[in-house]
Amino acid sequence: MLRRRAQAAGASQNITDGSVPDSGDGKEKSYEANVTESKQDSSPTKRSRKLGSSTRWKCIDSFCWFNGWICTVALALLLLSKILPNSLPGYVTEVITGPLPDPPGVKLAKAGLRAFHPVVFVPGIVTGGLELWEGRSCADGLFRKRLWGGTFGEVYRRPSCWAEHMTLDNETGLDPEGIRVRAVTGLVAADYFAPGYFVWAVVIESLAKIGYDEKSMYMAAYDWRLSFQNTEVRDKTLSRLKSTIEMLKQTNQGRKVVVLPHSMGALYFLHFLKWVEAPLPMGGGGGPDWVSKHIKATMNIAGPLLGVPKALPGLLSAEAKDIAVARSIAPELLDSALFVLHTQRTVMSISRTWDATMSMIPRGGETIWGAFDKSPDDGFNCSVNRLECDEKKSCQPDMTDLSTGQEPPLDGKSTSHYGRLISFGKEASKMSDLALFNKRIKGDRVSPIKANSSCGDWIEYDELDRDELRAAVEGKVFTAEAAVDLLRFVAPQMMQKADANWAYGIADDLDNPKYQHHKYWSNPLETKLPNAPDMEVYCLYGVGILTERSYIYKMSALNDTCSIPVQIDTSAEDKENCLDGGAYFAEGDETVPTLSAGLMCAQGWRGKTRFNPSQSPTFIREYKHAPPANILEGRGTMSAGHVDIMGNYALIEDILRVAAGASGHDIGGDRIYSDLLKWAEQIPLKL
Amino acid sequence: MMLRRRKQQGSASAASEPVKPEADSHHSSTNERTTKTDINGLQEDKKTASLVPAQKPQRPLKKWGCMHTCCWLIGCLWIMWWTVLVLYNTLPSLPQYVTEAITGPLPDPPGMKLAKEGLQAHHPVVFVPGIVTGGLELWQGRPCADGLFRKRLWGGTFGEVYRRPLCWLEHMRLDNETGLDPPGIKVRPVSGLVAADYFAPGYFVWAVLIENLARLGYEEKSMHMAAYDWRLSFQNTEVRDKTLSRLKSTIELLVQTNDNRKVVVIPHSMGALYFLHFMKWVEAPPPMGGGGGSGWVARHIKAIMNIGGPFLGVPKAFAGIFSAEGKDIAIARAVAPGVMDTELFGLQTLQHIMHVTRTWDATMSMFPKGGEVIWGDLDTSPEDGFDCSLKKERAEEISVCESQELNEKQLDLSGKPQTHYGRMVSFGKEAAEMESSKIVRKTLKDFNRGNLPVRANVSCGEVWTEYHEMRWEGVEAVVEGKIYTAETMLDLLRFLAPRMMERADSNWGYGVADDLDNPKYQHYKYWSNPLETKLPDAPEMEVYCMYGVGMLTERSYIYKPSSNNDTCYIPFRINASAEGSSEGCLKSGVYFVDGDETVPALSAGFMCSKGWRGKTRFNPSNVASYTREYDHAPPLTLLEGRGTQSGSHVDIMGNFALIEDILRVAAGATGEELGGDRIYSDLLKWSERIQIEL
Repeated sequence: MLRRRAQAAGASQNITDGSVPDSGDGKEKSYEANVTESKQDSSPTKRSRKLGSSTRWKCIDSFCWFNGWICTVALALLLLSKILPNSLPGYVTEVITGPLPDPPGVKLAKAGLRAFHPVVFVPGIVTGGLELWEGRSCADGLFRKRLWGGTFGEVYRRPSCWAEHMTLDNETGLDPEGIRVRAVTGLVAADYFAPGYFVWAVVIESLAKIGYDEKSMYMAAYDWRLSFQNTEVRDKTLSRLKSTIEMLKQTNQGRKVVVLPHSMGALYFLHFLKWVEAPLPMGGGGGPDWVSKHIKATMNIAGPLLGVPKALPGLLSAEAKDIAVARSIAPELLDSALFVLHTQRTVMSISRTWDATMSMIPRGGETIWGAFDKSPDDGFNCSVNRLECDEKKSCQPDMTDLSTGQEPPLDGKSTSHYGRLISFGKEASKMSDLALFNKRIKGDRVSPIKANSSCGDWIEYDELDRDELRAAVEGKVFTAEAAVDLLRFVAPQMMQKADANWAYGIADDLDNPKYQHHKYWSNPLETKLPNAPDMEVYCLYGVGILTERSYIYKMSALNDTCSIPVQIDTSAEDKENCLDGGAYFAEGDETVPTLSAGLMCAQGWRGKTRFNPSQSPTFIREYKHAPPANILEGRGTMSAGHVDIMGNYALIEDILRVAAGASGHDIGGDRIYSDLLKWAEQIPLKL
Repeated sequence: MMLRRRKQQGSASAASEPVKPEADSHHSSTNERTTKTDINGLQEDKKTASLVPAQKPQRPLKKWGCMHTCCWLIGCLWIMWWTVLVLYNTLPSLPQYVTEAITGPLPDPPGMKLAKEGLQAHHPVVFVPGIVTGGLELWQGRPCADGLFRKRLWGGTFGEVYRRPLCWLEHMRLDNETGLDPPGIKVRPVSGLVAADYFAPGYFVWAVLIENLARLGYEEKSMHMAAYDWRLSFQNTEVRDKTLSRLKSTIELLVQTNDNRKVVVIPHSMGALYFLHFMKWVEAPPPMGGGGGSGWVARHIKAIMNIGGPFLGVPKAFAGIFSAEGKDIAIARAVAPGVMDTELFGLQTLQHIMHVTRTWDATMSMFPKGGEVIWGDLDTSPEDGFDCSLKKERAEEISVCESQELNEKQLDLSGKPQTHYGRMVSFGKEAAEMESSKIVRKTLKDFNRGNLPVRANVSCGEVWTEYHEMRWEGVEAVVEGKIYTAETMLDLLRFLAPRMMERADSNWGYGVADDLDNPKYQHYKYWSNPLETKLPDAPEMEVYCMYGVGMLTERSYIYKPSSNNDTCYIPFRINASAEGSSEGCLKSGVYFVDGDETVPALSAGFMCSKGWRGKTRFNPSNVASYTREYDHAPPLTLLEGRGTQSGSHVDIMGNFALIEDILRVAAGATGEELGGDRIYSDLLKWSERIQIEL
C-alpha cells in the first residue's frame, strides 16, 4: 500500500517536474518527427499515448486496487472468523477480564431450574418490526419486507415512499386507503431490533437454556403505532393474545402464564387485562375471573406506567432524545441545519398520526409529577456515583461531601424545577413568584384558524398564528396538567384523537360507570387491577442513569410559517441543578423516570388500595446501572438502560426464577436503590 | 479497464528490448526515485528531446505483478459488482421489463386479476406444509453447534451442511427408538409464515400463494401456517410440541376473529396426511385426541384443498428407505448430488442419509397404502397399459442425460413389453417382465430373520442402518425373492429393518380396512390412512384433490444386489442400467407412470375420484369431493423461473390456475362454481379397475 502510494506520489512529482509539458512537446515534436523520420514513426506516439493513459490509470486503478485490497483483507478476516472456533471472542475476553460469569440461563439450569410457567412477551413501542402487506407502486417488491426494524434499508433508498407507508390516517388512526402495514409476528418480531441490536433475544436464549421453546413462549407482537383498542379493531390482536394465553395454559398442564411486558407493553398489557374481562363487544368477554385463572405474574420491565416526560417534547417539537428511534436512525442528518427543517417536520407529521405516542404523555397531573413549587423528587442529586456511595463503604471518605450535597440548598433559590415539565426560558423554570403561574391555557384559540396552508405535512402548527402562540407561551411554565392543555392548544385535532383513546388524570371514583370506557384502561390511576389476588405484579426497571424529567423551551428563531415554532433551548445549562442541554434530569433508566416506573408498585397498588382492590401483591426490583466493563462486553450485562436492561443478568435471573415457579418473596421481595419510597411518601395520592 | 491494462502490459513487453539503465531506474523503487528525481527529470528531458522511445520497464511491473494485479482485479470486480447491484436496485422493474420485451405482456398474477373482478378475502386460510419443505431450527444442541441457537438447520441456506456436516447430521437425526429428539438436542420447527414461504433463498414454496392471497386482502389475521416438525410421527408432534392442540386452537381463533367464517385448509404433499390425522384427532376424546367432539370439523372447516397429497403413499418412499435412493423424496440428496454419485464418498454418504431418514418416522408415512388392491399384484395393476410415449416430448426432456448413456442393452421385443407396475421392486429386469406363472421365487415366509444368523455387534462405524446386522446370506435370500409388491415389500422391510418397522407399525397403518367400525381403528396409527378411517361427519365440507399431471413419476423399481459383498454397505442398489425401449416406461431401472414427478396420479387422485366419491364407507356423510388436475407445461423462457403452468410436485405452488382455484374457494366459491372435476389423466379408468369395497 505504502509503496504504491509512494510510487504514485513519485509519478506525480515526476509530472510536476515538467515531464508532462515535456511529453506534450515531445508529442508535437514526434509528429514533426513522423513527417521527417519514417523509421521511428510509431514508437513516439505510442509512448505519448501511454503516458496519458498511465496518468489515468493512476487514479481509477489505484481506486480499484485499494478496493481490492480492502476486500481481500475483509474476506481473509471473514474466513478466519469462520474457521476459528466460536469461542474465540469469549476466550479473548476471558484472558483480559478473567473468567466470565455463567450467563443466567446456564447458571440456573445447573441449579436445577426447569421451564414451568409459559411465558408471554409484550414488546414496547418502536422495538417491534413492521412489514408491508399492501402498498403503493413505489413500494413494489417490498411485500412482507420489513419497513420498520431490521436494516431500515428503505429509509435510505426511498425515504418519501417509506414515510408515506409509515404514516397512519390522521383521523381514524388506522391505515390510509390502499396501504397495509402490519406487525411482524412470532419471536422474530422483536428478538433483534436491528442486526446485532438485541431486544428480547438474550431473554429468549436464557429461557431456552432452562427448557423453554415456542410451545411455552409467545411474542405478543402488535402494531405499536395504533391505539391499543385499534389493534383489536384492525388486527384482532387482543383476541389473539387471549386465545394464545388460554392455549398456552392448556398445553402446559394448566400452568398459569408469566407475562413480561417491556416499556409501552406494560400499558398495553394493562389495557389487555381490562379488555379481556370486559363484556363484549368492547371487551373480550372473558368474565370476571379470567385473569386470576390465567395469569401468574405480570413482570413489567421498565414500564412507563405513569407516562414519560419525553413524550411531551416529542409531540411538541419532535425533539425527544430517543423516544422516537426514528430520530436516532440518522442523527447526523437531523443535526445538520440543512435537513433539520424538513426531516423534523416529517418525523412530527408521521409520529403525530401514531396514536400510541400519546399513550406516554405523563399521567396523574400535578399530583404525581409535581406542581410549580413542589415535586416529589425534588432535591435529587445528579452526581454520578450517588448510588454506589449510598451502599458501599469504600465511598465513606466522600460521605461528608455527599451529605452536604444531598441537603436541600438553603440559599433561597428554589430547586423545584421538576414539576414545571415545560418552561419557556431558563428563568421561568426557576422563578419562585407563584403569581405568574396561575394563568392556564384553555383549549380555545382566539384567532381564527388559518385556512389550509400549503406546507404539506400535517403538523397543525401551520394553522396557528405565531403571535398568538407567542403570547400564550412565552415566559410561561407548564406542569404535567398544563402541558396537556398546551398540546390541546397547539394541536387540537391530534389531541382530539388522544382524548378519545387515552386518559391522563386520576379517578375520583373508580366505580363511576364512565371508567368502563376503553380509553381509561391503560391508565393505572383510572382503573382497578383485575380481581386476581394471586397474581403478582412486578415493577422491574433500571436506575442510576440520568433521565429527562423537564424541559426548557424557546421560540424558534425561524419565522417561516412552515417551521416548527418552538424548540428545546439546548443552550440552557446548569450542571449543579441537573440541567443539561435544555433538560432537567432525574433518576431513571434514561427514558422512564423511576417515579413513573416504580410508583404504582410502591404506592398505588401496594396493599389493598382502590386501584388494587383484590390486593394483588406487588414487588419492586431495581437494577443499578453499571456500564460495560470493556468494549468486548457489548451492551453490558449490568446495564440498566431502557432497552439494554433486557440483557441485564440480574434481571434475567429474576425472570427465570419466577418463570420456573418462584414467587416474589422467593426472589427476595423488594430491592430498591433509589429514593422512590421517600418520593412516594410525598405524593398525596388518595388510595 | 481490463483491456487497457492488458494493452499496457503488452506494449510494455513489446518495447522492452533496448532498456536503458536510466530508464530502468526511472520506474524502480521509491527510494531511488526520490533521490534521483532531478536526474530523472533531466533524463526525461533528454529522452523526450532525443525522441528515444520510452519504455515501461518490465521489472517493476513484475514486482507489482502478482499481488497488485490480484488486488486490482478483485477491486475491479468488486466495483463492477456494486455498480450492477446499485443499478439493479435502482431499476426495480428491469427484469420484468426484459421479460415483457421478450414474451409480450405478462398475464396478471391471479391475485391481481381476481381482485379486479372484485373478489375479497372471505374464509380464513390455513396452510399445512409437507415433508421437507418446512424449516427446522436449533433450540438446544451439542457444543459443536454453539452459536446456532434459533438458526435454521433445515431450510434457508443449508450453510451448516457444508461447514460441519457430521455435527449437522447428529442434530438432524432423531432417537431411533422413541422417534423423538436424542437427549440434549432440541430441534424445533420454525413457526409463522416464514416456516415454509421459501425453502431456500429464491426457491418459493408458499410465497407465491401467500402473495396472491394478500392481494385479496388476506393478512396474518386470516392466514396461518400450520408448521410442524415433519420428521416426527404425526401423533408425536402433539406429544412433544402440542402442535395439534395449537392448530385446533388457532383454527378456532381464526373462525372466531373472522366473523365466524369457516376455514379453508390447504395442505401440501404430506400435509394432506397430516391434516387427515388432525381431523380424526380433533374429534377423538382426550387423552389420545383433542376432545373437540363430533361436529368440530363440520363447524370449523369449509374446505380441504389438498395439493399433491400422497393419500395412498408414494413408491418413492420404498426406494428411499430400501436403499436411500429415491430421486428426490429427500432433498437432502439433492443438496449434494455430485458428492453422492461418486463412488468414493457415495457409500458412506448414502449410509448417513439412510441412517438419518430411518430415524424419521414421517418418511414411513409415505409407504404405499392399500397394498395389492391399490397398487396391483404380480400380474395386473390399475395403470397397466399407460403409454409413456404420449408424453414423449416431456420424456425426452427428462432423459436428456440418460440418452447419452449407452443404450446397447435395449431389448428389441416384437411387442411392447408388458409393464408390471404391481411389481414394486424386482430383482433383475427379467423378473420384472416375466409372466408370473414362470417365476420361481421364494416367498418371504420361507425365510425370516430368526432363522438367519444375525451378525453380533459388528462395528461398521457409527451408522445405524440395521443392514449391518445381517449376513450376506440374508441379502441373497432377499434377491431370490425376486419380486415384491406393495404388500410384500412391507414384509421385506420388516425382515430387513425390524426395529424401524416396529416403529412404523406403531405409527402408521398401510392396509385397507375390512370393517371400519372395528374399535381398533380408533387408534391413532390409522388416522392418516384414508383407507382405514372415515371422513368426519361434515356433510357441508368439501374435499379437493389438486395435483399436477403430465410428468413421469417413479412407480416401480428394478434392483440389483450391490457389488461389494459386505452388509456394512447398503446391499441393494437400483439397477440404473436397466433400460426399456425408447417407447417404454422403463428408464434407468425405474418404471414411470403419470403423476407430478413425485406422487403418481393414482395416489393423489383416487380418493377424490372413487374412495370418497359419493356416500361410501370411507365417506359416510357424503362430503363433496372434487378432482382438479393441472397439466404440466414447462416454463417458456428462462426468465419465467419455475413457470406459471408447472405441474410438478412443489412448483405447482406457483401454478396460476391452481392459485386461481384456491383464491376463488377462499373468497367463497364452491367446487361446483369452480367447474367441478377437471381430469386430464386416465385416473377414472384406473379407478374403475381397482376392486375395492365402498
